[in-house]
Amino acid sequence: MSSVTTLNSSASSPDTTTPNRPPRAPRQTWRRALRRDWQLYSLAILPLLFFLIFRYLPMLGNIIAFRRFQPGGNIFGEYWVGLRYFKMFLNDPTFWNVFTNTLVLGALTLLFCFPLPIVLALLLNEVRARKLKRFVQSVSYLPHFLSIVIVAAIVMQLLSMDGTVNQLVRAGGGDAIPFLQRPEWFRTIYVSSEVWQTVGWGTILYLAALTTIDDDLYEAARIDGANRWRQTWHVTLPGIRPTMVTLLILNIGAFMAVGFEKILLLYNPLTYPTADVISTYLFRMGFQSSNFSYAAAIGLFEAVIGLILVVSANLIARRTVGTSLW
Amino acid sequence: MVTIDAAERPTETKPRPRRRRGIQQTRGYRVFQVVNGIILTLVVVVTLYPFVNIVARSMSDEAYIIAGQVNLVPRGFTLETYQLLMSDSLFWTNYRNTVFYTVTATVISIVMTTCYAYVLSKKQLKGRGMLVGIAVFTMFFTGGLIPNYVLVTSLGLKNSVWAIALPNAINVFNLLVMKAFFESLPTELEEAAAVDGLNTYGILLRIVLPLSKAIVATMVLFYAVAFWNSWFAAFLYMDRQELWPVTVYLRNLIAGATGAENVGAITEANEVQAEATLKAVTIVLTTLPILLVYPFVQRYFVRGIMLGAVKG
Repeated sequence: MSSVTTLNSSASSPDTTTPNRPPRAPRQTWRRALRRDWQLYSLAILPLLFFLIFRYLPMLGNIIAFRRFQPGGNIFGEYWVGLRYFKMFLNDPTFWNVFTNTLVLGALTLLFCFPLPIVLALLLNEVRARKLKRFVQSVSYLPHFLSIVIVAAIVMQLLSMDGTVNQLVRAGGGDAIPFLQRPEWFRTIYVSSEVWQTVGWGTILYLAALTTIDDDLYEAARIDGANRWRQTWHVTLPGIRPTMVTLLILNIGAFMAVGFEKILLLYNPLTYPTADVISTYLFRMGFQSSNFSYAAAIGLFEAVIGLILVVSANLIARRTVGTSLW
Repeated sequence: MVTIDAAERPTETKPRPRRRRGIQQTRGYRVFQVVNGIILTLVVVVTLYPFVNIVARSMSDEAYIIAGQVNLVPRGFTLETYQLLMSDSLFWTNYRNTVFYTVTATVISIVMTTCYAYVLSKKQLKGRGMLVGIAVFTMFFTGGLIPNYVLVTSLGLKNSVWAIALPNAINVFNLLVMKAFFESLPTELEEAAAVDGLNTYGILLRIVLPLSKAIVATMVLFYAVAFWNSWFAAFLYMDRQELWPVTVYLRNLIAGATGAENVGAITEANEVQAEATLKAVTIVLTTLPILLVYPFVQRYFVRGIMLGAVKG
């Protein structure tokens, strides 16, 4: 057993170090690996087929962004049209409106949904009564487990003309507001519901990181005369920094894809001026106007920006704070 | 009722230096404790209020709701709307569909994820880096909505459970959690089993899986909740109402739409008698299963999340 592994490692190490190896060498190691581990590789066949068909084939399918596509025709389109669809949406004023909306909603989501879990985790960390802490945690996790449809339905009920929010507005002497039909309210509604659903669940990783901070560090800080605020600033926050950076990168990666499903459920033509984002716009282009190539072009644009964002966030994080996803 | 688990438990058992009690508390810190208590109480109230409100609405008389008088307790208590919804055969058909889709999709996902995670956990395997990369890349770049739709449609998966189960068979985050777990298992047992002549499939089935019940249970929960809650795939691919899951039933109710093609319709007030109550009842009945199992399963979720986080 051990002789096989040493043989294998000695045979494969030249592969990685010297690029100008004889062409027969890698085939032989692969052959050996396959002969030895074919049962393991066989377990990977179905999952690989899944990735190939349902993840990588759609990436290739984006080729219809450069080709004329007819529903029911060839799934890779009929003939080349070059960058026609890209020029089309770059000259489309509606596109720039939804692009701006995407950036604004993405930025607001990041601004609130990234720091608030950290604040809540720090507050929970100061609670001495364990039972109380657990109770607050259990309750705050709950919204995470609900379907987006249920969350949207609850939001609609609370904001309806006869809902709780308008009861408060009336009690304050105001007139009921049809919140969901007012574009100026959409961003507030979206971000608040997002916070409601994600803030509790978001504390989990921070609370875990907080328990790993060495108590001696607090002891030392106290001996140096640091009060609790300074202990938080100089010991606690640096202690959870890797977690913060990791989650920030992941949040930035999701920036362009702002809650597509939730917006689709909550918006309506009256709130399009602030609510319509790239993903919902391309959804309507594809499924209401049946303009698949145009929608695919927009989707590809969005996905590429998303990829660029996450790669650069990762790069910056690695250069500046030394933490990164890969 | 354990909420935070593995990571915290060791610190609970060993006598930890009580930094909070050890030193004389300043006045400012006592004030902070009070303020903190108030803030956390508010968090609990704000989180729970919507649920209480919906339950109150679901048991109220429609007239009180329209008058804007229902908040914490039902007004004009009635369960008629519950009877009304429960007598709707479409609701029950859709509920059955949800169960069927969830079970089928979860089984497929568990098999696929377990197999691939096990392969990826073998550090000495040639080509492992590439196999990991194939999966991880899809976390950051996807084909997008339109190409996926075109693919699923042209494969003829529309109007079948496969349109929901197959395109989402492996969640890469879950995959990495499971891989991290398999990597943490001691290798000696597997090596001993190999010496005894058990092949890879035998080792996975008889040695590894019995040791991995906890992680498999967590994965079942992760996938089951995700499929139970999902609506968009069914909304896209299920043309007939008798194929919808219950989430799409609710979606169409709140969107005031009659068919899956009707997108972004505005809710029209007074469309149906008892509409507001009906919506509330539907929300309650679709949320109920999750609320009932939640207290028992949430710690498994927390554990799974942490396991994934350790790996990064």
